[in-house]
Amino acid sequence: MKIKIIIFLIILNLNVVNAETSLVDSNKIFKNLRCLVCQGQSVGDSNSEFAQTIKLVVRDQIKEGKTEKEIYEFLIEKYGDWIVYKPPLNKVNFVLWLFPYLVFVAGGTIIFLFLKKRDNH
Amino acid sequence: MQKNIIKLSIISLIVFIIGVFFIGLNKSSIYDTKDLVGQKITNIQLDHFSENRIITGEDLKKNDFTLINFWASWCAPCRDEHATLLKLNNDEKNLKILGVNFKDKKNNALKFLKDLGDPYDDIARDEFGKYSINFGIYGIPESILINKDLIIIKKFIGPISKNDYNFIKQIVRKQ
Amino acid sequence: MLSNIGNTLLSLNILIGISIIYFSFKNLNNNKILIGKKIYHLCLFQSTFIIICFLTLVSAFIVSDFSIITVYQNSHSLKPFLYKISGTWGNHEGSLLLWAIILTIFSFFFLFYNKYHPKNYRIYSLIIQNILILGFLFFLLFNSNPFSMVSPTPKEGLGLNPILQDPALAIHPPLLYVGFVGSSIYFSAAMASLITNYSGKLFAQSIKNWVLISWSFQTLGILAGSIWAYYELGWGGFWFWDPVENASLLPWFAMSALLHSLIVLEKRNLLYFWVIILCLLTFILSVTGTFLVRSGILNSVHTFANDPSRGLYILIFLSLMIFASVLLFFSKFKNNSYNLNSNSKETFILINNWFMIFYLITVLLGTIYPIFTEVLTDHKVSVGPPFYNAVIIPIVVIFLFFMSVGPRIKWIKNKFYNLNLLFKILIASIFINFFIIYLFQGYSLMSNFIIISALFLVFASLMDLYKSLKKQNIELPRVISHLAFGFLILFIGLNYNFSIEKDFNLKVGEKKVFENYSIEFQNLQLEDFKNYKAVIGEFNISKSDENLNQSLYPEIRIYEKPSTITYEASIRSDLLKDYYITMSNIDRSEYYNIKFQKKPFMMWIWISVIFISLGGFLRFFKNAKKYY
Repeated sequence: MKIKIIIFLIILNLNVVNAETSLVDSNKIFKNLRCLVCQGQSVGDSNSEFAQTIKLVVRDQIKEGKTEKEIYEFLIEKYGDWIVYKPPLNKVNFVLWLFPYLVFVAGGTIIFLFLKKRDNH
Repeated sequence: MQKNIIKLSIISLIVFIIGVFFIGLNKSSIYDTKDLVGQKITNIQLDHFSENRIITGEDLKKNDFTLINFWASWCAPCRDEHATLLKLNNDEKNLKILGVNFKDKKNNALKFLKDLGDPYDDIARDEFGKYSINFGIYGIPESILINKDLIIIKKFIGPISKNDYNFIKQIVRKQ
Repeated sequence: MLSNIGNTLLSLNILIGISIIYFSFKNLNNNKILIGKKIYHLCLFQSTFIIICFLTLVSAFIVSDFSIITVYQNSHSLKPFLYKISGTWGNHEGSLLLWAIILTIFSFFFLFYNKYHPKNYRIYSLIIQNILILGFLFFLLFNSNPFSMVSPTPKEGLGLNPILQDPALAIHPPLLYVGFVGSSIYFSAAMASLITNYSGKLFAQSIKNWVLISWSFQTLGILAGSIWAYYELGWGGFWFWDPVENASLLPWFAMSALLHSLIVLEKRNLLYFWVIILCLLTFILSVTGTFLVRSGILNSVHTFANDPSRGLYILIFLSLMIFASVLLFFSKFKNNSYNLNSNSKETFILINNWFMIFYLITVLLGTIYPIFTEVLTDHKVSVGPPFYNAVIIPIVVIFLFFMSVGPRIKWIKNKFYNLNLLFKILIASIFINFFIIYLFQGYSLMSNFIIISALFLVFASLMDLYKSLKKQNIELPRVISHLAFGFLILFIGLNYNFSIEKDFNLKVGEKKVFENYSIEFQNLQLEDFKNYKAVIGEFNISKSDENLNQSLYPEIRIYEKPSTITYEASIRSDLLKDYYITMSNIDRSEYYNIKFQKKPFMMWIWISVIFISLGGFLRFFKNAKKYY
């Protein structure tokens, strides 16, 4: 009974959840791009010459109808992987994305086995 | 036995991490795009500086080698490399130099060339800097050496130095 | 002259450190029960001299003695008085002196306040701590000496970077150092505990207040850094997962895990070796963070000036520390039988540790991963906020639920009789979340989960708060910290989803209209100040559906010594939101690039963190009252 109530409420919430807009968010892209001439700032936060130019180009590409992924691929091709803050999921970066969750699962397993051993005493 | 394996692997892991840190100390943490060579530049569309036409990749394919040099009148280091560019234009017949005037005013650019000389076989204009992104430019002066097939041979970040000059000479004369 | 005093005191302290170690070993082998007075006196001298040494450097900054290189490179006679003082530790060499002070003072007080613990344990703690002190003093004297001189004496200093001249940044290092440098003392105590086999409840009691103090200060130190980033750096954010920020967060995760595990060790005499690991890990992470930040191995927004020899020294020091502690741990480790009840508070504390380790590994991995890709594959990648947010936030949702339930569970065999109450709290949270979406605007699925779980923790803690105020029991500090943590996540979630950001170009006299906001660039003024010139813009914000009329004055500041340009954000705060504008010039144009932001609940984010650390201080004072 309780579970049904919770599910009902969650569905109620989800109906009001803002659907992911299909519009590409320029701000989100700017924040994911690294300013190459600054010390650790995103294009979104930087006012450098380079950042301003990139903003123009990205805005143009959004108008042309390019998707977020396509814009990142274009910039990665021109400037290297370093320019995006979200490491692309490829063979090399697999470790980065997977390892934390492996640790999480391992930790949970250790605790579970630990307690199971104790309970069996 | 199992305990020893665990201990050994932990110690090896620590040694490995510290080793990587040692080596990492000697690497520079400043990023540059010098290694992005070997790709083909596509979609070249540059406004000509004075004439009412567009410079495309087809135009550049006519050259054996093209040095695309991004410059502006307000850029101080651009002055430093100007003499080298003039020399390259003069001496190397296999090489054509395309100057891209970056975020500049026409009058200032012309004055700059009048005062320091014009090393360019052709000049393009990138008024807002947008087209430079297609070439992977992030600051000026920056130059790209491409071949007949529009493949990037080398990128020069900053003014072209003596070493760069010798390198270009070597490549261009190989034919 | 000041330089000579400073150098003399440093050398003297090295001698004292060596004597302390010598006499400590002698004390170990004699049959007396008490520690000899000589050692106390030496420790007192050690602390006194290092404080005088530090004050010497401060004086050099105050009087602008430019014959000393550190003062020359980081100060200027026109600098405001307060920042002359804080300039002392706003540079690499001076901050190392601050390290030395904390190491030394903590060493002395730990010796003093542990009178009722075994002599050998205290002696070994002293020895290890003094080895650490000597390591840093050698580093200070021979590599990064704040008292080295430059000749001839320059007439004027190079000045301190203006963005560092800020009150939040002035107290940020001292707060952080009491935090993660202070963790050195329980590193040493842990080593001593292993060597002398002093374990269990009594060991926990020996170090718990030290862990509390360092954790509380670390929390405040991180807060000061974020406040500085928000007010000074001009991007409107307060956390960027920058390597320097991560370096301060890593020890904090370990300290939090340690804090909770100590409760189990003290109450139930369990988890001893895990507690030892955490004690060692905290300080190791502190030194690792220092290495990552000062060696230049990583590219970051707030790096100090870099010098490869520093990195080498710190790395060698770190390696020795790690190997010594790991080998000692392995030699002393015994596989105990555990007496844990699966249905009790201990389980939840283990769960807390599990999550803290997850956060720790994630942040550590993200921070050092670029080093590995570069060394191993010669390829540079960036790991930034999108990675950390994507990996950590989903797990935080689950964590908040555990945080709400855990403290309510009893130590021995718990009966889940309050499951009904928890269910009601969950319903309430989902309802409130629904109303937020309904009244304002919707947000992503993950945000829904975060806000619901944060509300859950808030409500659960509020119930606990009510109960604990009625009963006046010792639960109050824990309730405050947990409640504040729930609020923190809640406000961060709301702030993230309801922030407005608009980036546009404007010239004087123009107006930008969007949604129902109207921003008018009214005026531009040039003003001269003592050490800089400012271009001040006047912006008027009005809202069509509200009676809003605010003026903001962002600045572009041109400093001469050193020659820099900074962009000062103009911020108008009230309890509900901040309005935030930055202005920067566009080269060769009369247009200015304007960034306007509306950031809800910023004040509450800061207040929540203050209350988190307040819980720690409260617990510390309650403990202190009981024992001393």
